[in-house]
Amino acid sequence: MTELVIETAGLTKVYGDTRAVDGIDLAIPRGGVHGFLGPNGAGKTTAIRMFATLIRPDAGHARVLGHDIVRAADEVRSKVSLTGQFASVDEDLSGRENLRLIAKLFGFRGAAATRRADELLGAFGLDDAADRQVKKYSGGMRRRIDIAASLVVSPELLFLDEPTTGLDPRARNEVWDIIRALVRHGTTVMLTTQYLDEADQLADRISVIDHGRIIAEGTSSELKASVGSGTLHVRVMRRQDRDAARDILARELGIELGTTHDPQALVAGLEDRSGVTRALAALEQAHIELAQFSLGQPTLDEVFLALTGRPAEDEEEAA
Amino acid sequence: MSTTTAQEAELRTDAIASALTSVTRPARPSALATSVTFGWRALLKIKHVPEQLFDVTVFPVMMTLLFTYLFGGAIAGSPADYIAYIAPGVLVQSVLFITMYTGSNLRTDIDRGVFDRFRSLPIWRPSPLVGMLLGDAVRFMVASIITALVCLAIGWRPAGGVAGVAAGIALVLVFAFSLGWIWTFLSLILRTPQAIMGVAGFTLMPLLFGSNIFVDPSTMPGWLQAWVDVNPVSDLVTAVRALMDGISPGGEVAISLAWSAGLVAVFGSLTMWKYRDPR
Repeated sequence: MTELVIETAGLTKVYGDTRAVDGIDLAIPRGGVHGFLGPNGAGKTTAIRMFATLIRPDAGHARVLGHDIVRAADEVRSKVSLTGQFASVDEDLSGRENLRLIAKLFGFRGAAATRRADELLGAFGLDDAADRQVKKYSGGMRRRIDIAASLVVSPELLFLDEPTTGLDPRARNEVWDIIRALVRHGTTVMLTTQYLDEADQLADRISVIDHGRIIAEGTSSELKASVGSGTLHVRVMRRQDRDAARDILARELGIELGTTHDPQALVAGLEDRSGVTRALAALEQAHIELAQFSLGQPTLDEVFLALTGRPAEDEEEAA
Repeated sequence: MSTTTAQEAELRTDAIASALTSVTRPARPSALATSVTFGWRALLKIKHVPEQLFDVTVFPVMMTLLFTYLFGGAIAGSPADYIAYIAPGVLVQSVLFITMYTGSNLRTDIDRGVFDRFRSLPIWRPSPLVGMLLGDAVRFMVASIITALVCLAIGWRPAGGVAGVAAGIALVLVFAFSLGWIWTFLSLILRTPQAIMGVAGFTLMPLLFGSNIFVDPSTMPGWLQAWVDVNPVSDLVTAVRALMDGISPGGEVAISLAWSAGLVAVFGSLTMWKYRDPR
């Protein structure tokens, strides 16, 4: 039997009228990256904050590395680390001071704390910025010092709450490299993200969360397969043609086509490819110009659409 | 170009892996050690943001000069005669007034996310708060010394001497540390630094002005005398005056210490209860 790092039953957190986390059951095995995927306000961060003992559940149970998050919170704290929007470093202090502070709090004394801080600054490429105040760091450097602060002692389980939100592609790749290095070292990483490609790139297993509930679970390929083996992507040149194209395709292929946040795009799961050529000819006959017409594996975006009936990005404003 | 980037990435991940492996976890530090470490953090912040000392330097000087020269002539005939009465009181007032910054500083920490980092660490739970209040005690000490120096400069000659003044300041610091727990509790239940400052100012106003800091309560109407009488700040001021004037202090020292213990017991407990699950 595989050892579980996180085990929950009916875990619930309520804020006023909102059930931020609404009875989630999870069993996450040790090793690798577990992705927590969902739009803003889905409950990802609330769940992570409960696992890291920052807030207490209103109902249900959770065990992290075998310890109850309420009754044995201190044991949990000694084995996990948290980095993210909500667990950060002191902006007024320098990078080195921040790491020395955390090192001292873990019991390193004087010179040992400084040594440990310098070791981490070196490993994360922050030597040059060591004595600068963190508020003067770039987004990527800021994220690296946040992660370094979580690794002063090696955690068995690391929570990363939206580690790449707001980063440019280069900085994002650096964070991805760091996560891969951690996993190779044997740390289990639990990652929340609203970026589908990030979960696709990093996560061995993914839990899709929406409105505080887990709506799907599995590997990236399993999730894609659950939507259907193939997907049809159509993008019209002019957005006013979209509805016409939708009608023609629905007639020719006998399927319902979904829309995404892209006003020119249509998408549908497609098991039977036999009518595709005919459908394409019908579109041409109706003088609908196409930017794209392709068959392929569904993306996680489409998985989310299929699971929730709306695109993943839709709720960003609402949060 | 892309190979260099790949090599860089390889080197970086190797460095991170080795930084993870090289560490041996030290023994868990004591409650005192972590509290002192947080106090050290507060002092580091003063180094980086020296404006933080504005409230403990300029404010006490302003208070002392303003109240001595504003009321001195009217109340005691001349500022020089008034200073003997008001010096211990204005010291108490200056220190207690700036304790309310503790609350808004804590709220800023919570909002910036630093606080969650601290709460996620395996340390004695109250240590971030205790350390913060210890750091503040250093700021209060600066305020006390500055107030005392200003008073001395304009003619205050306390009969208690250095020892008496030091004992008085020590008592004020104990009370200020204890009062700080009200503000830590407020910052865990209110959402913005502004709201905390508002409630704190509202609370401090009757405590500081409805007391014997500025005038002898015997001239006040009965209802106000009754309030001044039960106000713990009046007891503190009486005790500090006695210590600084070299008079053997009465029961007020014990009463002030009892109030301090009570504040820590009540608001310390409330703070730690909210600390488990703040908003």
